[in-house]
Amino acid sequence: MKILVTAKRVEDPESKIKVKPDGSGIVQEGLKYKINPFDEIGVEEGLRLVAKHQGEVVVVSIGGKEVQEQLRHALAMGAHRAVWVNHTGPLDQLGIAGLLQKVAEKEKPDLVVLGKQSIDDDQNQVGQYLAEFLGWGQATFASKVESLESAEEKNKEPAVKLTADKKAVQVVREVDNGLATVECQLPAVVTTDLRLNQPRYASLPGIMKAKSKPIEELTPAGLGVDVAPKIQVLKLASPPARKAGIKVPDVATLVDKLRNEAKVV
Amino acid sequence: MPIVLIVAEQQPDGNLRKASLNAITAGKQLADKAGAELHIAILGKDPAKVAEELKGTGAKAVHVGAAAELEHYLAETYAPALAALATELKADFVGMASTAQGKDLMPRLAARLKAAMATDITGLGGSGADIIFHRPMWAGNVFAEVKLNTPVKVFTVRATEFTAAAGGQGAAEVKTFAPKIEASKTKFVEFKEVKSARPELTEARVVISGGRGTKGDFKEIEALADDLGAAVGASRAVCDAGWVPNDLQVGQTGKVVAPALYIAAGISGAIQHLAGMKSSKTIVAINKDAEAPIFQVADYGIVADLFKVLPELRSELQKLK
Ligand SMILES: Cc1cc2nc3c(=O)[nH]c(=O)nc-3n(C[C@H](O)[C@H](O)[C@H](O)COP(=O)(O)OP(=O)(O)OC[C@H]3O[C@@H](n4cnc5c(N)ncnc54)[C@H](O)[C@@H]3O)c2cc1C
Ligand SMILES: Cc1cc2nc3c(=O)[nH]c(=O)nc-3n(C[C@H](O)[C@H](O)[C@H](O)COP(=O)(O)OP(=O)(O)OC[C@H]3O[C@@H](n4cnc5c(N)ncnc54)[C@H](O)[C@@H]3O)c2cc1C
Repeated sequence: MKILVTAKRVEDPESKIKVKPDGSGIVQEGLKYKINPFDEIGVEEGLRLVAKHQGEVVVVSIGGKEVQEQLRHALAMGAHRAVWVNHTGPLDQLGIAGLLQKVAEKEKPDLVVLGKQSIDDDQNQVGQYLAEFLGWGQATFASKVESLESAEEKNKEPAVKLTADKKAVQVVREVDNGLATVECQLPAVVTTDLRLNQPRYASLPGIMKAKSKPIEELTPAGLGVDVAPKIQVLKLASPPARKAGIKVPDVATLVDKLRNEAKVV
Repeated sequence: MPIVLIVAEQQPDGNLRKASLNAITAGKQLADKAGAELHIAILGKDPAKVAEELKGTGAKAVHVGAAAELEHYLAETYAPALAALATELKADFVGMASTAQGKDLMPRLAARLKAAMATDITGLGGSGADIIFHRPMWAGNVFAEVKLNTPVKVFTVRATEFTAAAGGQGAAEVKTFAPKIEASKTKFVEFKEVKSARPELTEARVVISGGRGTKGDFKEIEALADDLGAAVGASRAVCDAGWVPNDLQVGQTGKVVAPALYIAAGISGAIQHLAGMKSSKTIVAINKDAEAPIFQVADYGIVADLFKVLPELRSELQKLK
């Protein structure tokens, strides 16, 4: 199987995000960057699938040269090669999905795996746009039935199951009030939810090996995609702060406050 | 006149998904600002009953598309059917609640309509052709104002930020249409519902959530929830461990709730959890660690063992009855 996995560069989820006073962006100073956690789960799932069915994992990231860091991280985890679409400046979902479409048409993977959302913009759109642009089936919010601490997890079995004829995948999806299972003909687009797997750490030999793995460079112009954004972010603001609460000494006081102050019981 | 089309959702059990009513309110606000007319669409194998319920919510028309192929929701069958309807109506805006279905379907529909999209909108600004959508980013640490510069604009609605549209607001014209059906490369296999006798997390007046501090023992949380007629929620750590079903997760990537009372027991208060409950009216935190970040957003905090506090809380509340 050939699996194309995306690796977006995002702020470390542990970072404290602060808005610039003029609302034009966030304060960059002191921020650390990582591969989007959902994309890391995607890389892990890709690696498990090729460990079971043979093939290769190709990772792709779109952005300035700094995104090579995230590509190297995925390569260190075990991905085989990387594609870097070199572009600086804003990009919206239409642009990103348009670029990924061209990369997919070039690479002809059996599966494209993306994160269900990125933890900076929280849009939750790119995988679905891409599936429609390619005319492929989609299985979003891929999850699994077992817990992340289960034996299956420790055996590193892929949760995305290839059917016996190898022409489709079965995917369990996290939806409202339960789990839905769908079967998608290959090639298909899968987006990952948090409970799909527990990504492995990059080993030291993995990190050494990643240094010599190839990164192919592409550009929007070379791919023939107009990425001029259709989304305009006018202003950013911090949410209104909650007023500071109090600590109560005991349950009786808590109940009194809930009854007489907050009037909720 | 411009048109705002809100897509309502039928649950697998045949009933209307309540978040659709909140999305209709957002649609109404948008229609007012844009000087537009509000329409509603509903698809399914047999959505007539739901259409009846939607008739009185204040829209101009309810468009009902029934087909056997639409029995089980799939983005690949619903998106073309809705795209054809939106194009025929010349809809300028298409929106839906940010349910699992809304999040799966709307971007695929937007791609088909070559439209830009805003996810999980929390408010609206601007007027006429210059509509501005307010939406959270970075787990709710930032709120952005965005403009979509495509002829058709697509969005999903964060239900907790808009009231539910009430019935009895006149009677919309119910129009049936023949949905455009396309073959799908994806097929529905099964749906395993997590049934609960408790109220739905996103609709409950009181939510009691447990975190890793429960060590998987939810008995006291469930008992208190039942006393109060509350819903049970959880942090990611608890869902990951398989202690409770996934769909109880509250947070950036789980459910967003805004009840009158939210009780967090044994939850540290990571930013990703706060993203899903910070809009609750009153927040109570129970945590052994006085430094836990949850206390920074809690109206009332109690530094103690949850296994001691929860039973006491139950008996104190019993006394009030
Ligand atoms: C402060 C700020 C201002 C912005 N201003 C503008 C603006 O003016 N105009 C504009 O058009 N856009 C702007 N953007 C960017 C835009 O909002 C998003 O980048 C775009 O909408 C994509 O959304 P997303 O990354 O949240 O995608 P999601 O749909 O949430 O991402 C899902 C998945 O898509 C994949 N993916 C997404 N991006 C990439 C990538 N670069 N490389 C590889 N895979 C990827 C990943 O697998 C990811 O997990 C701005 C962003 C910020 C933070
Ligand atoms: C991309 C991403 C998305 C995420 N999305 C979500 C999300 O949607 N929702 C979510 O919840 N998390 C999410 N997380 C995880 C989040 O960052 C935290 O790891 C998680 O919320 C921690 O759960 P917790 O508070 O239950 O556990 P912990 O952080 O381990 O906290 C347990 C707390 O229990 C207290 N405690 C222990 N024993 C007792 C006792 N007997 N009595 C009282 N208190 C006790 C401890 O003092 C501690 O504060 C996400 C993370 C990432 C990276």
